[in-house]
Formats: sequence, structure tokens, C-alpha cells
Amino acid sequence: MILKVEGVNKRFGGLQALSNITFDLPEGEILGLIGPNGAGKTTLFNVINGVYPPNEGRVVFLGKDTTGAKTYDMARMGLARTHQIVKPLNDLPVLENAMVGACYGRENHSIRDAKKIAMDTLEFLGIIDLAGKLAGTLNVAQKKRLEMARALASHPILLLLDEVLAGLNHKEIADMVETVRKIRDRGITIIMIEHVMHAVMNVSDRMIVLDFGQQIAEGTPTEIQNNERVIEAYLGDPKLAERLMRTGT
Amino acid sequence: MKYKDINLGLVLPILIIVLLGAWPIISQKDINRETIFTIILFMGLASSLNIFLGYTGYVSFGHVVYFGLGGYVGFYFMSAQGQSIWIAMLTGGLASGLLAFLLGKAILRLRGGYFALATIGVNEAVRAFINNFDLFGGPIGMTLNFKVYKAYGGAAKSLWMAYYLLIATVLLVIVVSYLVRTSKFGLGLLAIREDEDAAEVMGVRAPDAKTWAYVLSAIFPGILGALFFFKNGAIEPVPAFRLSMSIEMIVMVMLGGQGTVLGPLLGAAGYQWMRGFLLTNSFFKNIQLAVAGGLLLVIVLFVPGGVIGWLRKQIPGLRRVLQ
Repeated sequence: MILKVEGVNKRFGGLQALSNITFDLPEGEILGLIGPNGAGKTTLFNVINGVYPPNEGRVVFLGKDTTGAKTYDMARMGLARTHQIVKPLNDLPVLENAMVGACYGRENHSIRDAKKIAMDTLEFLGIIDLAGKLAGTLNVAQKKRLEMARALASHPILLLLDEVLAGLNHKEIADMVETVRKIRDRGITIIMIEHVMHAVMNVSDRMIVLDFGQQIAEGTPTEIQNNERVIEAYLGDPKLAERLMRTGT
Repeated sequence: MKYKDINLGLVLPILIIVLLGAWPIISQKDINRETIFTIILFMGLASSLNIFLGYTGYVSFGHVVYFGLGGYVGFYFMSAQGQSIWIAMLTGGLASGLLAFLLGKAILRLRGGYFALATIGVNEAVRAFINNFDLFGGPIGMTLNFKVYKAYGGAAKSLWMAYYLLIATVLLVIVVSYLVRTSKFGLGLLAIREDEDAAEVMGVRAPDAKTWAYVLSAIFPGILGALFFFKNGAIEPVPAFRLSMSIEMIVMVMLGGQGTVLGPLLGAAGYQWMRGFLLTNSFFKNIQLAVAGGLLLVIVLFVPGGVIGWLRKQIPGLRRVLQ
């Protein structure tokens, strides 16, 4: 197992953001994490990559108990993530943004090697022509790619993608889904949080649904699609859900 | 290193120091030397501060504490222990580096404005401590026995030697600043400056990186302090820990362009020129610090990149040249 999450609870004051989340993640899988806004998806990412420790429970990454480890230690072990609200290093060129990932990630490269890896990564993501541009000047779609580039340049073992499809148009979504598959084909295990249903259903091997911090369902996309509880929690109205699934939005 | 790799970003600052430094040597006039000494001293101080302020984005308001402490420790070794200027520079730099290391571990967990406030407190605390520390002469300070200069061929020669040492030290600061700027370590610092959380998520050990940048930026003011007070011949708490000097250092870094190697040099020269003008003007001479404060405000509001940042914006091609 790449990752084991065991009985994780996280509270913010009186708010139970996560309750008793438990799952395993085998190597090479794409795990889709869905749920309505405020369900605790990003909180779960934050607990996994060490932004804050859980109140209870354990996170085991690569067979090692990493509960409460620092984000930079997780990164060096081979965990990379993107942010829902993009965090570009505005005043640095795109290339240097990606170099930070290569320099300080799992493989700990020298600046010279990092440059090469960063270039390869930008090429792979199709943003090589942006290499010299300052990150602050990119548009949203480009910034999402940049987040991916930084994460990928570290050559991670596990990649956490937080809404990389949000705010993209149809063409861009199709491209990004293709990219996610290609990343998996490189042997990288992925957890992705996503609201764009048809895309995440399409690409995930398995899915987990959160609602108000509870893990309400787990299974293949088809199972999830037909799970009454999920549909109800998600949209309140199963018929509406069905209609939305069909139109693919 | 191939020819095309020789970067103007390093050559230009070195050239500035060498040419500026050569002027008093060629003219052999003491008055020129004194003027240039002050300018190059501030270039060195501003460049040192820039290693921390410019690269990590953290503001150290009390950076003069390292200048004063290095001066005091070095002075103590020269006046009370009869040690050479070399030992003074070494111990001054080490003392400042050590204090920065301990403080870094303690207060660099604070972010942004809280850290800046804490650094002011540190400067005031160290000054108050030295004011009551008899070994360092308390409020009266210490003076150098004239005999000390004899070892270097008399007072006149000692002043020239201090000048050469200053130039050598400041050249070293610039090389270090450039190496940091272009290294992996520096890339981590810049990442912290842009977004500390994002940097940590990418694996940058921000607490360690910030501490080492802080230590590095404190060592050189310590060395320069030892050198300055050796030339000065006397040291007292008030001139050694003048808070306004800290603020002037910040103005210089911001004016020239924070986060660049060349910027602090331009800022120091520009600010010294302005100060010279203000101090000889009957209207401005008592409010020159207010002008510095106003200048800082204008820079932060309208040209946060300073002169270099502004130039780069006007002529994008300069980005590669002006490091």
C-alpha cells in the first residue's frame, strides 16, 4: 500500500471536519475524492500531507507512520500536491517554479539537473513556451498547469490533485484528464478531488464520497453513480443528479 | 565556466566596487577615502541585509544589532586582549552569526510583521545589555590605545588598511550574495519569499533555510562592525546600535531593488548621495530621517521592485542581465 488512512478525525473548534476516515490506496491507482462543498475533502488532503495533524487516527505513507509529519518532510518522502486555490511563486519564472519542486522534492536534485527535469516536465504538460514567463502573469488554466508542473517535477510517488479541472473549459478539461492518465501511466499513484463529475467518473479507478466529514460511500465509479445515498447527499434530488450526469456537467 | 556563463549580474556589482574603491587610491586623498569608505560600508551592509530581506522577504528592522555586536566583540578583543584586526573581524562576524542563529531558532517561527517587531526588540535589548555590561565599558564604551595601530605601521597606514579590508569584505559579500541568489539554497529562499506555505509543500525546509539566510546576513555586518570601529578608534552603545541605521539599510535595499545583487549597491549609493544633499541643506538637515521614511513609503507603495525592478519592467530583456 502506498497510503493507509486509519480512523482520521479532525476538528476545528466545534466543527467536526473529518470523522473516522479510513481507506487504503494501492500503488498505481487513481482515487477520486468527491463530495459537496465543505465536505472535508481539502481538509483530508491537508491532514495527509501534514499541513495540520489529525486529532485522532493515523496516516501511513510508504509503510511509515507519518501522522503529524511536516509538509516538507512529506514532500521529500515523495508526496506532492496541487492547491485548489493556486499558489504560484508570482515573481519567479515558470521554469524556476518547477525547479523548486525538482530541487526539494523526493530526488533532491542539484540546480543544474533540476533545470533539465523542470524543462522536461513543462514539455510534458505542454507549457514549455511559458518557461520564461513570470508565474504571476499566467491565466487560471496556465496556473493550474503550473501547480501540476511543480508537483510532477519532484517525481513524486503519490500525487494529490485538488480541483485541477475547476475553472477550465471543455477542451482544457479533456486535455487535463488525458494528462492525469498519462501521469498514472508513469507509475504515479493519484488521489484527485474533483467537482467535474463526468471527468472524475471517467478517470478514477475507485471513488470515495465525503459529506459533512463522513465517508458515506466507497466503490467504483459505476457503483457510486448508482448509490442513492450519494446522489441524495450530493444534490438533494436524485432525479436532478441523473439529469446532470447525462449532460455531463 | 564558459565565457557566456560569466554573468553580468556578478561582474557589474564587482566592477562598481572596484572602480569606486580605486578612486581614493588613485587620488591618494584622505577625504575621498572617508567619503568612499562610508558609501562602500553601506553597500556592504545593504547587501548583507538583502541576503535575508531581499531573498526571503522577511524584514529585519533591527539589523544594526549585528553591526554593533560585531563591533563590540571585535573591539573587545583588540583593546582588552591585544588581538589583531584579523581576530577582531573573525570574532565579530562569529558573534553576530551566533546571535542570529540563536534568534533565528527562537523568533523565525514568527511570520511577517511579528518577526519585524521582534527584531526591533532584540536591538534595544542588546543595547540595554551592553549599556550595563562592565566588560565592554558600559555606557562609556571603549577606546583603542594608539599602540594598537603601531602594529600596522601607524595610524595613517591603519586607516588605509581598514579601507582595503573593507573593499575586500564587501566584494566577498557580493560574491556570497550572488552565489546564494543563483544556488539551490537561494531558490528555496525565493520560494519562501513568494509563498512560504507553497515552498514547504514542495519540500523546502523553511525554518532551516530562513535561519541560515539570517545567519549569513548577520555575519558580514559583524565583520564590517569590527572594521568600522577599528577605524573609528572608539565604541559606545548609542552609535553602535542606532536603530535609524537599520531603517536606512532597509531604505537602501528597497530603493535599489530587493532580491537583486546589484540593487542594494545602487540603493546605498543613491541614498548616501541624497543624505549628503539633505544634511547640507538648512531646511532638511534636521528632518533627513523623516525624508528617508517618506521615501520608503513611496517605494513600497509605487515601486516595490526599486530601481532594478523598475528597469526590468521597462526593459524585459534586462532581467537576464540584472541579477
